[in-house]
Amino acid sequence: MSDMKMAAQAAGLFATYDVPDFFCELLNRKDIPPAGLQQVRDRLARFDLAELRRRAAAVEAQFYRLGITFTVYSDREAIDRVLPFDVIPRVLTAPEWDHVERGVQQRVRAINLFLHDIYHERRILRDGVIPASLVLGNANYCQAMVGIDVPGGVYVHINGTDLVRDRDGRFLVLEDNARTPSGVSYVLEDRQMMLRLMPDLASGLDLRPVDEYGPRLHRALAEVAPAGVDDPQVVLLSPGIYNAAYFEHVFLAREMGIPLVEGRDLVVEDGRVYMCTVAGLQPVHSIYRRLNDDFLDPQVFNPDSLLGVPGLVDAYRRGNVTLANAIGTGVADDKAVYAYMPRIIRYYLDEEPILTNVETHICAEPEGLAYTLANLEHLVVKPVGESGGYGLLIGPHATQAELEDFRGRLRADPANYISQPVISLSVSPTLCPAGVEARHVDLRPFAVTGRDTWVLPGGLSRVALRKGSLVVNSSQGGGAKDTWVLAS
Amino acid sequence: MTQVSVFPTPVLPGLRNLLSRYAESTMWLARYMERIENMARLIEVTGTSVHASNMDAGWDSVIRINADEDTFFLRHKVATERSVVEFYIIDPDNPDSIVSMARCVRENARVLRPLISTEMWMHLNVFTRWAMDLGPDDVGAGYLSTLCTRLKQECQTHFGITEGTLYRDQAWLFYLLGKNLERADQITRLIDIKYHTLLPSGEGVGSDIDLSQWTSVLRSAAAYHAFRRVLPEGMTPANIVGFLLKNDGFPRSLSTSLRCVYSVLGSLAGEYRLRHCGPILERVEELRVTLAEQTVEDIILRGLHEYMDWIQRELRLIQNEIAGAFWPPVALQVAG
Repeated sequence: MSDMKMAAQAAGLFATYDVPDFFCELLNRKDIPPAGLQQVRDRLARFDLAELRRRAAAVEAQFYRLGITFTVYSDREAIDRVLPFDVIPRVLTAPEWDHVERGVQQRVRAINLFLHDIYHERRILRDGVIPASLVLGNANYCQAMVGIDVPGGVYVHINGTDLVRDRDGRFLVLEDNARTPSGVSYVLEDRQMMLRLMPDLASGLDLRPVDEYGPRLHRALAEVAPAGVDDPQVVLLSPGIYNAAYFEHVFLAREMGIPLVEGRDLVVEDGRVYMCTVAGLQPVHSIYRRLNDDFLDPQVFNPDSLLGVPGLVDAYRRGNVTLANAIGTGVADDKAVYAYMPRIIRYYLDEEPILTNVETHICAEPEGLAYTLANLEHLVVKPVGESGGYGLLIGPHATQAELEDFRGRLRADPANYISQPVISLSVSPTLCPAGVEARHVDLRPFAVTGRDTWVLPGGLSRVALRKGSLVVNSSQGGGAKDTWVLAS
Repeated sequence: MTQVSVFPTPVLPGLRNLLSRYAESTMWLARYMERIENMARLIEVTGTSVHASNMDAGWDSVIRINADEDTFFLRHKVATERSVVEFYIIDPDNPDSIVSMARCVRENARVLRPLISTEMWMHLNVFTRWAMDLGPDDVGAGYLSTLCTRLKQECQTHFGITEGTLYRDQAWLFYLLGKNLERADQITRLIDIKYHTLLPSGEGVGSDIDLSQWTSVLRSAAAYHAFRRVLPEGMTPANIVGFLLKNDGFPRSLSTSLRCVYSVLGSLAGEYRLRHCGPILERVEELRVTLAEQTVEDIILRGLHEYMDWIQRELRLIQNEIAGAFWPPVALQVAG
């Protein structure tokens, strides 16, 4: 029986599921689904819609009680919001995951080699693989890092790779997050919630676990501590309780069993970093910082910042403390540099990229700009400096006036934009007000690198909850799904 | 003979010393929760004990116990039940109101979230959100007792969860320090004000009204039944004051609180080898000695108010010395 037919015949929960013209891991694959996946599908189909809604409501209430929230600041008050969670999991097969895992590891390896190179010999620039101006003139290129050796040559200890799947189910890299990628706490919390509230769905399935993340991250951070330290003190540096992602900082500190510190808890004395404890100053060796470069050290970067630690960069440059991620990694996840990533992989590794990029036009280059202007109504245009899905144009959804307005902006500042074709993002069945419907999803696997690179099985599946929407960001109506990786 | 350390290695080897900021927050979390419970007790007891005669009489003592005369009378002309209750429960501009204290608890709980148990956090998360949202509709005369009961129970739930789940390291000791310092402070305030409100009236002494007022003092400290058990026939003001100050078995008495503060500081100095505990221990010991050496009659004769005042000043000094020892300004740490 073909996949399509099976989906159409699926009873119960999926009876009204409008089998979409997109790739859907559960109901519209282009192959025969493996047994584990079929099992999930059959079990889900037997769920009653009202029962599923009851579970979903219980999940949300529990997230709220647990304070698994991100904070949104309005004019006067701070509002804690639960990241909307869909109780229907997104399932990846073992071969799919193997492919993604190898692709992510390859990409991280290339990114680290690239960063080392551009802060040292700059071979890739001399060889003309990527324009020197794009790298050296990049706002995220950090002069203070030139000539600095980081332990193990690791710049990006924690990396998030945003992936999408096209109409054929092919994984494509949408962007790299090599600075302080967030969202991993939801992966672990969502899984726990899922196992607690949907035990009948997961029972007996051979799923890859996710709870190793904390110990793995801690081990990696200890591995990259300055040489000669036996039992390194690792800390997590957070901007503090008012940061929107504070919950995640708390979560990670707890999972690693390390102190969550703020800038004011740390001092630098004679080029060494200490934290203030009830027993006095205690040395700190490895810092997982969830603070952007600009705020790390008022002596080097933003002098008005109260969040950072004066003298931290000096201690770092002397090799007395390790920062994860390193300073100046933003140049590697820049949306313009992204376009060169396949060439960067080939240059350093002499391998073909396992995960391909979405076709990308660089508006800084005349031909890229011309193509973008001529095909704007078919393209997604992204400003290179922004994150969170802000300031982008989705051509097919834009009005004539919006297109014209954007053409003006492109001509005024072409170097600020890249464009890509609209990808027919894959979908996943999602519990919606009208029933179970198809919604677009992406995937952010997290890679942790110390002596080697480990990828958390699965990752964060974000779902665009608005019908037809392609924007999955939590700030713009996105939610999350638990990502199940079948072990076999 | 070689010098041998009196204390073995720290009880929990491998654990790092507590961040100063965590120690400070732990102490204040405990203090604020204890203070909320005491406030709820005080309001509830005042509400029930004044009803018999005049609805609004007696409420001014709540203001005096908290030494809030200046701020209160800036905002209200007279101390009525309504005005005092609003001031102490829902006024966001009064730092001693339940709403304000709940906000402080929430801030400290968020700071401590990496440290405390999930159960502790989950309860505080829900409790503080509820308490911060209290409004005029929640404090009507008909609901006051129910509200206070709920507040007390929330605090007790918190203490229970904490006792059952908080890891026993330095954080637990700072938590106990905060809780017991706050109890010591609260009990001396209660005694000071109630004694002087209830006694000087002269003809009332010994009458039914007077005794029922003293019963309410005991009740507000949850001491009524314990007192009955210890001194079934001895319901006199002096005995009651003596019980609240000096009874070693009663969990909220001054002597019990001071004993706990002393033993906690001893653990910090001994098991954890923290420096700077010595002078603080001496100060606490001095307090305990003066309390133990005097009978309650002596204390009243020499001036209860002065004595309570002195204890409160000493408690503030202890708090300040703890702060100076364990969370000094960073500049001092570097210099030291």
